[in-house]
Amino acid sequence: MTHRSGRSDDTWLVVVMSEETRTDLGRITDPVDTTNEVVFQIIAILMAFIVGALVLLVTGYSPIEAYIGMMTGAFGNIFGIGQTLTHSTPIIFTSLAFLVSYKAGLFNIGGEGQFLMGAIASAVTGIYLEGLPGIIHIPLTLLAGMFVGGFWGLIPALLKSRFDAHEVITTMMLSYVAQYFTSYLVNFPFKAPGWVSQTEKLPASAELARLIPSSQLSSGIFIAIALVGLVWFLLNKTILGYELRAIGLNPSAAENAGIKINRGVIVSLVLSGAIAGLGGAVEIMGTHKRFIDGFSPGYGWDGLAVALVGGLDPVGSMFASILFGALRSGGMIMARASGVPTDINILLQGLVILFVAAPALMRSVMRRKK
Amino acid sequence: MVTITDFINAGLLAAGIRMATPIVYAALGGMFSERVGIVHIGLEGVMLTSSFAGVTASYYTGNPWIGVLVAVLTGGLVSLIHAILTIRYIGDQIVSGTGLNILALGFTSYMTQIIWGNRGASDGVQGIADISIPIIKDIPFIGTVFGTHSPLVYLMPFVVYACYYVLFKTPFGLRIRAVGEHPIAAETAGVDVIKIKYTGVILGGMLAGLGGAFLSLSHLNLFTRGMTGGRGFIAMAAMIFGKWMPFGVFASGLLFGFADALQIRLQSLGILPPQIILTIPYLLTIAILAGFVGKAKAPSDYKPYKKE
Repeated sequence: MTHRSGRSDDTWLVVVMSEETRTDLGRITDPVDTTNEVVFQIIAILMAFIVGALVLLVTGYSPIEAYIGMMTGAFGNIFGIGQTLTHSTPIIFTSLAFLVSYKAGLFNIGGEGQFLMGAIASAVTGIYLEGLPGIIHIPLTLLAGMFVGGFWGLIPALLKSRFDAHEVITTMMLSYVAQYFTSYLVNFPFKAPGWVSQTEKLPASAELARLIPSSQLSSGIFIAIALVGLVWFLLNKTILGYELRAIGLNPSAAENAGIKINRGVIVSLVLSGAIAGLGGAVEIMGTHKRFIDGFSPGYGWDGLAVALVGGLDPVGSMFASILFGALRSGGMIMARASGVPTDINILLQGLVILFVAAPALMRSVMRRKK
Repeated sequence: MVTITDFINAGLLAAGIRMATPIVYAALGGMFSERVGIVHIGLEGVMLTSSFAGVTASYYTGNPWIGVLVAVLTGGLVSLIHAILTIRYIGDQIVSGTGLNILALGFTSYMTQIIWGNRGASDGVQGIADISIPIIKDIPFIGTVFGTHSPLVYLMPFVVYACYYVLFKTPFGLRIRAVGEHPIAAETAGVDVIKIKYTGVILGGMLAGLGGAFLSLSHLNLFTRGMTGGRGFIAMAAMIFGKWMPFGVFASGLLFGFADALQIRLQSLGILPPQIILTIPYLLTIAILAGFVGKAKAPSDYKPYKKE
């Protein structure tokens, strides 16, 4: 068994990109030339919508009507905007979570697991710490989600720093462990009476306030936006953020400069897990008011994609989250109005990710257009 | 009183073999992809699309074997997208795979509704009938375990052996291993690295496609939304736990299949929470990655390859 400080190419046993690619990808997507960067993402999104339009055409629907329906559904009135932001909120958290690990050169694709563990922790804390005033109960419940989400990030961090197990696979596997474990918890020990696999409802003192009548939008959106600023500040204006980015760009140079790599691995993965866990807590406290088995349609998995679509930048991630949220809510509303299968929105999300996945493809598309 | 023989018996073993089949095929597929240096977390999406394509083909032709063929070809085609994005355009392998998984879920659910007007499931189609092995089926115990299965189950050990033979006994297999382990050396020795990479990923997709076909044409005889239910990821776990070796993959696929069969059995008996059993494959995979139960070493460093 190898115990090492730091890491080098030959001991990176399992999976994925080399440092070199990661740095290349960083170079392409880090905002060196911001205008070009934004253009990349926009072209990728446009390409996805063009392919989506072809699918709609072939299957007998009018893409223009469908897209207009989606837009007006997502942004046309206050209820639509509310639902769009409701769907965006959890993805803001999970994309920021992915971002924090990515900047340190780590690929935490286990956001789903950390999100779910945070969600169950906050649900249980919220229900069983009854009788507290809201001003204490809410922060405690949020903290519980952060703490347990962070713990779920600590496991792969330790497995990586101690045993050299690659975080891509361990975080992915831990997502499934979390999915089944939380499912066990709401089916057995914490199950509310009745047929549905869910916990009891949170007491009002642990709920986040709803903002728009009839929409599920809660004040959790403010926590998400505040976190965007915080993560931006952390990454760009603090020594810790500088160290994490240094590790991400060039671990051996960072180590030579006296940065402790192992500490960076642990800090970034725990932070990443805590952010995802907080997202899970907010989703429970603001949207569902209880943990329902299988409530997440894969918000954690979306985080990776959304962070990339957002150009690996906190503010960009926020806008990309709103796009994905809009696809979800607009897609549902459009489906009800026009009969286009609502799954077109998932199809579009997949296409956006595929087009964003290959910057070189986008570059060759742009070259051809010129 | 529930005794252990109530759930650990021949019926369970037979179910375990059935549950293992799609996992083994997909894990073998993942193995070929990773052997040429391309991580394929899109296996889940490949299987799902193949399940759908197989059912669609069987629905329109009435012939499930055409369905299997179409499913296998579809698996190769979907993996070709992954190959083009990651080999030609040097896209990120994890991101591309994630995109494929999401696209596959969206596309198959969308098309299910277009064709059958139902978001959740297709109509029932002609599936592949189980076959019985004459003498073996009459032997007590063994007959229950091995006697009657889908032809795709009986095909599995042959495919496993074929994978082993191709990978370790043919020049083509040597090229695959060389490309994964040391692409520059392979190129110097005259191997067309890019071509072998494409072949490995596409071949891998076709195997995963066979797994998908089993799910929808042998297991259920219809397509349901998201019917792979994470089996593509279990397959990745089986591939790692089997240390990227055909027989190892076979054994770990069987193990995970039994775990799956056991949890279904426990669900009906209600003595142990099935969810806990379901975490076992993932925990085992983490354990082997961390070196707690032997050490799994990947056959490649997964760096993108550029011709000098």
